[in-house]
Amino acid sequence: MSDKISNYPGTPLSEKEIRDGNVLSIHDQMPGDFSWDTGVAIGRYLAGLKEGVILGSHCTHCRRTVVPPRNVCEWCFRPMDSFIPLRDTGTVNTFSLCYVTWDVQRIKEPETPAVIEIDGASPLHGIMHKLGEVDPQQISIGMRVKAVWKPAAKREGAITDILYFKPIQE
Amino acid sequence: MSLRKVAVVGAGMTKFVRRALETGKELSWQATSMALESCELTMDDIEGVCLGTAPDSFDGVHMKGEYLSDGAGAWRKPYMRSYVGGGTGVFVPIQGWYHVASGMFDVVLVIAEEKMSSYYPHAQGAFLTIFDHTTERPLKPNLLWIFALEMNRYMQTYGISKKDIAQVAVKNKRNAADHPCALLGDRNITVEDVLNSEVLAWPVNRLDVSPVSDGAVALVLAAEHVAKRITDKPVWIEGVGWNLDTAYWTNRDLAYPRYVEYAARMAYDMAGIKEPRKQINIVEPYDPFDYKELHHLEGLLLADRGQAPQLVADGVTLRDGDMPVCPSGGLLGVGNPIAAAGLMKVAELYWQLRGEAGARQVPGQPKRGLAQAWGDLMQVGTVVIMGR
Amino acid sequence: MTLLKRDPNAPSAWRDEMQVTSRYTFGIAGERFFRAIKDDQQILGSHCNNCERTYVPAAAFCERCMNQLDEWVDVGTVGEVVTFTHLYVNYDGSQREEPETVAFIKLGDGGLIHRLVSSGSHPVEIGMPAKAIFKPSSEREGSILDIVHFELITN
Repeated sequence: MSDKISNYPGTPLSEKEIRDGNVLSIHDQMPGDFSWDTGVAIGRYLAGLKEGVILGSHCTHCRRTVVPPRNVCEWCFRPMDSFIPLRDTGTVNTFSLCYVTWDVQRIKEPETPAVIEIDGASPLHGIMHKLGEVDPQQISIGMRVKAVWKPAAKREGAITDILYFKPIQE
Repeated sequence: MSLRKVAVVGAGMTKFVRRALETGKELSWQATSMALESCELTMDDIEGVCLGTAPDSFDGVHMKGEYLSDGAGAWRKPYMRSYVGGGTGVFVPIQGWYHVASGMFDVVLVIAEEKMSSYYPHAQGAFLTIFDHTTERPLKPNLLWIFALEMNRYMQTYGISKKDIAQVAVKNKRNAADHPCALLGDRNITVEDVLNSEVLAWPVNRLDVSPVSDGAVALVLAAEHVAKRITDKPVWIEGVGWNLDTAYWTNRDLAYPRYVEYAARMAYDMAGIKEPRKQINIVEPYDPFDYKELHHLEGLLLADRGQAPQLVADGVTLRDGDMPVCPSGGLLGVGNPIAAAGLMKVAELYWQLRGEAGARQVPGQPKRGLAQAWGDLMQVGTVVIMGR
Repeated sequence: MTLLKRDPNAPSAWRDEMQVTSRYTFGIAGERFFRAIKDDQQILGSHCNNCERTYVPAAAFCERCMNQLDEWVDVGTVGEVVTFTHLYVNYDGSQREEPETVAFIKLGDGGLIHRLVSSGSHPVEIGMPAKAIFKPSSEREGSILDIVHFELITN
């Protein structure tokens, strides 16, 4: 950069140097076990999921319905007016075919995360979930999908009470 | 409000490497020392210190700001750590700017550091913490999802192909071949190399992604009356802007970064820029993934929506094109130690505008440049405009 | 207002963990500092001639003037108890039968936080000397735990 400088600091280390013990190292972890309060809005969202309902909330001022529900509209900073049950169908806003795990190990069958715009929520308002019962190569943006729920007895009030969304013909 | 003029008067950086022998403190110290030496100042001249660094989990150090303070030169000085996720690297010079512009300090040090190699077994794990703990993390997402989802939406909305986007990775990795600190410079890389690299999360292939890295960058900022004594080539901070969109990332338009536009408009207004496409000579937009550079050029109003790939295809964004983009080599080429990568872009403008960028020098004596970063939960834009 | 009312059927909390697992290397100065403990049972400091301070643990640079520190010194294995505390609870919050003493032992112009034991009956007092007791060399691996504890010198 500056033409005056010929040598930049920073010394690369290889995995081998650590593995062979030429460079000392220690492993450690920061234990982080948490119990997060669900709060009013997400508490209701989870209670709804347990009953097989996707809940949103509506802001009269901004004339929009959001999902997941919240108490305050972050657009106008007014309290939301009501919780609203939405349908459990929607449209694929975007998707990916993911061939690696979180620690970048290859997997053969791709995971299929998607953002799904939920019917009854405002345009472009959706949630992240996964797609299932579909050939990954056949997934497309705009595809209509419906939630596949766990059996009622096994639902626990969690986002995973929806197993995935599957394509539907209309 | 009357604000003082603020100049960048010195800069330093370490190599960006996959794993550094140095600790985060030591990397910070190396970059800081180099920045001080470049303008022949000592710690006695520094009145305040601004540090930028990404989440604590990345380095595996709780309270990273405090931990890094000795390497940042913060001993017994007013010191503050700022953090807006990936946007931090361009936010921390903004923080330094208002320290000086406000009149509170005449000379401040600005540092950004990241040592992502500490995360084990893979730094991607650190990013899991960004998803909502109750509504998203039970789905076991990984960081690639969020980028792949946004990239796919961007491509679909404007009919952009993976090949259009791969050209960005090629340009930046080629540019980085001229950067002495680069991790992934490659003069001979081709679009086919990018398209043929392994698919991670379609549409994202390995070479669409910047590498996890360790590194640090530092700048010295000074008020006008001091800057003129330090150097005859001060580079002025002419405009700054930052803006945040909703944290509910699945409740907004993924094809267009409105928050980047708002940050850019704030900076353009401050710099008195009416026609950014004519008045900005060099652009360093944030490019952790190749499509992000295009996304951001559109948000910065430097390309029409969906038209940024055409600029790349036409050679406009090459180092010797009409509007060079990432002449440094960007995150895709130089490396991506999160906060340090953003500040590297500001340092690049400093060297380019002084005509000191060596093999990377943009021809035609550029007058003004823009650096931008992006981050938090895909929701923040940070912009700095500098001129000479 | 209904929007602020809790649904009695709502789960009150969601439990999970944030996995933060790290592998640390010790850096320019740390590598040399821990090698000396492991290989030579030595505690090293680094001295800044400009600020007249000896950093323990040794640092690569002086945090005051930012000069590089090239002068390494053996600060010995005996330091002074600057302060101490008796711990009556374990890490998990359970009660200990016998308290464990942790002290800040001054070495050079810095020092180490470590466990402190007294072999005799003398109670710990601030200002007393204490000596580092090392593991046998075959068990040392380049860690602060290569020092088992500091032992109070009471004679």
